[in-house]
Amino acid sequence: MEIVFGSNIPENYTLLGLQDPDPFQLFNKDKEMVVLNSKPWNMEAVAHLLDDRITPNKYMFIRNNGLVPENINEKEWTITFDGESVKEKKSFTLEELKSKFSHHTYQLTVECGGNGRSEFDPPAKGNQWTIGAVGCASWTGVRLKDVLKEVGIKDDAVYIGYHAADQHLSRDPQKEPISRGVPMSKALQDETLLAFKMNGEDIPLVHGYPLRLVCGGWPASTSGKWVNRISIRNIVHDGEKMMGTSYRVPCHPVAPGEEVKDEDMCILESMPVKSLITYPKSGAIISKGKKLNIRGHAWAGELEISKVSYSIDFGATWSDCTLEKPANRLAWQHFKASIGFPKTGYYEVWARATDTHGVSQPMLLPGWNPKGYLNNACHRIAVKVS
Amino acid sequence: MNKQNNFRKQVKSIYSVLVVCFVMVILIGVLGIAYMMDPSAFSFKGDAPSSEIIGTTSEDDDWDKIENGIHLRTGFKDGEGLMAVVNNCTNCHSAQLVIQNRMNEERWVETIRWMQKTQNLWDLGDNEKVIINYLVTNYPPMSKGRREALTNIQWYPLKEE
Repeated sequence: MEIVFGSNIPENYTLLGLQDPDPFQLFNKDKEMVVLNSKPWNMEAVAHLLDDRITPNKYMFIRNNGLVPENINEKEWTITFDGESVKEKKSFTLEELKSKFSHHTYQLTVECGGNGRSEFDPPAKGNQWTIGAVGCASWTGVRLKDVLKEVGIKDDAVYIGYHAADQHLSRDPQKEPISRGVPMSKALQDETLLAFKMNGEDIPLVHGYPLRLVCGGWPASTSGKWVNRISIRNIVHDGEKMMGTSYRVPCHPVAPGEEVKDEDMCILESMPVKSLITYPKSGAIISKGKKLNIRGHAWAGELEISKVSYSIDFGATWSDCTLEKPANRLAWQHFKASIGFPKTGYYEVWARATDTHGVSQPMLLPGWNPKGYLNNACHRIAVKVS
Repeated sequence: MNKQNNFRKQVKSIYSVLVVCFVMVILIGVLGIAYMMDPSAFSFKGDAPSSEIIGTTSEDDDWDKIENGIHLRTGFKDGEGLMAVVNNCTNCHSAQLVIQNRMNEERWVETIRWMQKTQNLWDLGDNEKVIINYLVTNYPPMSKGRREALTNIQWYPLKEE
């Protein structure tokens, strides 16, 4: 093709028609982030990018089921409460929400239910997340329980289900890309927020601007983005991606590859115990006699971490890491250790966290499930001593 | 008399304008059809580039270009059934979602049925066989075992902080 007046084009200018949407620029993400899917947008971090104690936007994973909404007008944004178990249908503008209820800030671990899916054998269907679909940002908003108290809910309420402004991939306006939720017990926790800030600023568009439900410690799909309606249900919410095999695992363990009937699948709730070594980056070469300082984070859904251990001999022996208390409930905890190596050669450093119920991460893949959820096998980095 | 002449003139001029418009519409229609049938006939191949014109590659020139066995636009592997897959499987989601996945015939069929039942995928007709054959041939499941070895390690000397 020929460009008329091409000689007038300034140097280094890229013609609009030739520009691919650059997701890193579009969403303010670091170039080392990995795009798994461009429609819908899905992007994950690599372990060493998650080294910050509070995950900044540039390293926060993106998981979308549908198309990111366009033309959001914060001033006109409303959220409606309805459903069988609401005393009376009620709506609030975003401004009302912000002025009527007290604000709270928590660091909340949000992890995709399918984080680690890529390791399952036989392979599980969906975005092939490795380890980077997790983050712990600081979220500010109002407590859902305060709002629900104002709305008034009936005694028969069992579940909430969110509805949002994103569009189905087929652009069919009758279809919702995703509409999930949590039982009342989770909805009424202090830390369950209707958030309007992430890390002290407006939530970035791709993470749910202007309003996001945040349910820390549960699969990230329960933390609905662009939320404009919450239904209080007298049944377990039956919205899009609540049924069938979506965000469900077999109620009873199955052999790898086994077929599981829909009615034998149970909804994911609290995420399992897990940890990540975020420093150093895998592939470090150190000299003999030097100590290797490692650090990272550990989290366990609704529970706290009681211990993090490391092994340099493929799990034969374990040593304890120093572990910090969480900033608040549902925030990931930081660990560190200083490791000595007996001789030169190839090593893998493995980290294994244990929760307050005494449950540890497996060294191999946990129970196979058809959709590849809940892989919490211990994280490993490669190290050479020369 | 004069008035009548004037009126006649006006009618004539309107008539000629209408004729010109009509001819133009027909001409544009014919050219449009011809362009749809053979767009290349309309490019100015003989023109030497003037100083005002510079060349560049257009997406249209190599829309379905294949390089090293990869369909560049989508990233799909070249193979029998490629275009049926491109045309039916990249309307709603990107090709990356397909490429990431590894399934056997039974599970690809199951996935297509799920998309038809819940995600507005159309009936694939005769293409279904072609598509499934392409998928199981090019993206079959690979055995990974219970834990894979660490691969793609980029070694670097660690400078302690």
